[in-house]
Amino acid sequence: MTASPWNRDHIRDIVRGSKERPGALLVVLHAVQDQLGYIPPESVPLIADELNLSRAEVHGVVSFYHYFRDTPPGRHTIHLCRAESCQAMNGGELEEHAKKRLRIDYHETTEDGAFTLEPVYCLGNCACSPALMVDQEIFGHVTPERFDEILEETRSTS
Amino acid sequence: MSATIYIPCDSSALSLGAERVYQAISNEAASRGVDLRIIRNGSRGLYWLEPLVEVATPDGRTAYGPVQVRDVPSLFDASFWNGGDHLLRLGLTEEIPYLKNQERLTFVRVGVTDPLSLEDYLTHDGYRGLRRALELNPEAIVKEVTDSGLRGRGGAAFPTGIKWNTVLKAPADQKYVVCNADEGDSGTFSDRMIMEGDPFVLIEGMTIAGLAVGATQGYIYLRVEYPHAHRNLNAAIEAAYDAGYLGRDILGSEKTFDLEVRLGAGAYVCGEETSLLESLEGKRGLVRFKPPLPAIQGLFGQPTIINNVISLASVPIILDRGAEFYRDFGMGRSRGTLPIQLAGNVKRTGLIEKAFGITLRELLYDYGGGSASGRTIRAVQVGGPLGAYLPESQFDVPLDYEAYAAIWAVLGHGGIVAFDDRVNMARMARYAMEFCAIESCGKCTPCRIGSTRGVEVIDKIIARREHAENMALLRDLCDTMLNTSLCALGGMTPYPVLSALNHFPEDFGAIRAEAA
Repeated sequence: MTASPWNRDHIRDIVRGSKERPGALLVVLHAVQDQLGYIPPESVPLIADELNLSRAEVHGVVSFYHYFRDTPPGRHTIHLCRAESCQAMNGGELEEHAKKRLRIDYHETTEDGAFTLEPVYCLGNCACSPALMVDQEIFGHVTPERFDEILEETRSTS
Repeated sequence: MSATIYIPCDSSALSLGAERVYQAISNEAASRGVDLRIIRNGSRGLYWLEPLVEVATPDGRTAYGPVQVRDVPSLFDASFWNGGDHLLRLGLTEEIPYLKNQERLTFVRVGVTDPLSLEDYLTHDGYRGLRRALELNPEAIVKEVTDSGLRGRGGAAFPTGIKWNTVLKAPADQKYVVCNADEGDSGTFSDRMIMEGDPFVLIEGMTIAGLAVGATQGYIYLRVEYPHAHRNLNAAIEAAYDAGYLGRDILGSEKTFDLEVRLGAGAYVCGEETSLLESLEGKRGLVRFKPPLPAIQGLFGQPTIINNVISLASVPIILDRGAEFYRDFGMGRSRGTLPIQLAGNVKRTGLIEKAFGITLRELLYDYGGGSASGRTIRAVQVGGPLGAYLPESQFDVPLDYEAYAAIWAVLGHGGIVAFDDRVNMARMARYAMEFCAIESCGKCTPCRIGSTRGVEVIDKIIARREHAENMALLRDLCDTMLNTSLCALGGMTPYPVLSALNHFPEDFGAIRAEAA
């Protein structure tokens, strides 16, 4: 899938909005992903060109950081915490339930395009484990039953 | 005549329904014609009581909790906004023993004030530290911080004043103050609570740091997993600029300090200071060799203060009340207070700010009320994923940097995660290696390769394949990672693994050694 001329200009605009900042690349990548939901591989040469970096350098940064993605996400992204505090409060059981309920593994998107499941290592919600984040909303004390409720609520409000 | 009530905007409180409670209370007040002024405060850190709703009464702030949407009608029936009696009424917030028995120096305003109100901040002793710092020369500011005994609260516990002095003495035409707000350790949330609940104290601390060493630009490197902290920090920074507490000519002093937030992107290793600097420079978060120290060659090669949120947030009170006041708290070489975070399988989780010296047993049982599940607490990881697991026999060691180091444990950022007797310590050791493999920056072989091999060796141990050989190999691998890794990620992954092997050998299929 190649980016159309219109998309290329859009990306150039996004990049130019941030590129003058010192150490701009992460700021630029966040801006691109905020707008498009991901960082299209076709945008890497554009970003490199605008910032006077090599394509390898830009690719290297996109691939280093877990938060940046190079494929479009589902309509909603579920970040499920795998870290110790959540494990201590049955996070493992929640993880199994989530995968079974959604019928996907981590880094995958449900067939209907509704949900992408990603692991996260700490939301700072450790006093209310186990925790997960749907888009930017954080949930604590999540049981398998509560997980199902959250899915329903998310579906019904989208 | 309107009543003032407080409903937290802290993200953990939100995670338990605080936003819905806010909406329900607003709607109920409107439909009953009750005039309410609602302030969205930070959390008091009594998380088993969240959502905690407070009411201002002539006797003081009165708490109700945990409040859910279904409780709202009955709360109104009981005229809760006047402190009326109700099943959920807890009495005066500050008389709740869990809170009353703390020593809140850094967290003094969290849960008390409106985090985004500069006026509220100033009314509660805000910016007194900065005003004093503006009257002192840089050497005097640094001396105050040095004399306070403040040590890096991120976990390395390096004396903050010595770090600042190094930056002060390094000649350069541009210096930086960087705040490490990448609080990535599981079991930790004190940085988050400050940034959401009292962002001005961090801004003030960073500004004082800038004055101390001649740095005119500050960056807060914030983990992307903290969107609420991001919003509150940006709002507070804007308010500080508007009122002349940031920017050029701070409070008419002709001094400059600019500040902005930069987001991380989900890399635990970027909590390591040199990896963080690489990330701020727009690169892969690879760890740098030290020397040179960031204090001399840091961000963009310039002298840089890089400190944890709590370290910087503790500076204003030190400048305001003086070094001696802060130093008076604590024990040994651990001076001042630590905001301890009690998490995991504990009944009463929360934020407990205490002078160094309290024990884990007091925290788990007197404060925490034992496990949430009702089962025995079998293992406690203190200090994050690179901290040792403590067995019950070590619960009486005082929380002090040196005392913990002496038992091969880690106090770190003060996070405590309790596990009950269902925990499988071989699986936790495996997770430690797995996490290291996932988060390794990849630069040094012991971490990059050792962590992956560590997972494989533990899998063989769990499967009881060539058990004795693999047990020996695991210890040998830990020795290599401990002594030859470039940074603490590879270097301290052996802490949880070895502590699991030593204190819980039965989970690895080994015989527990007779006590000497």
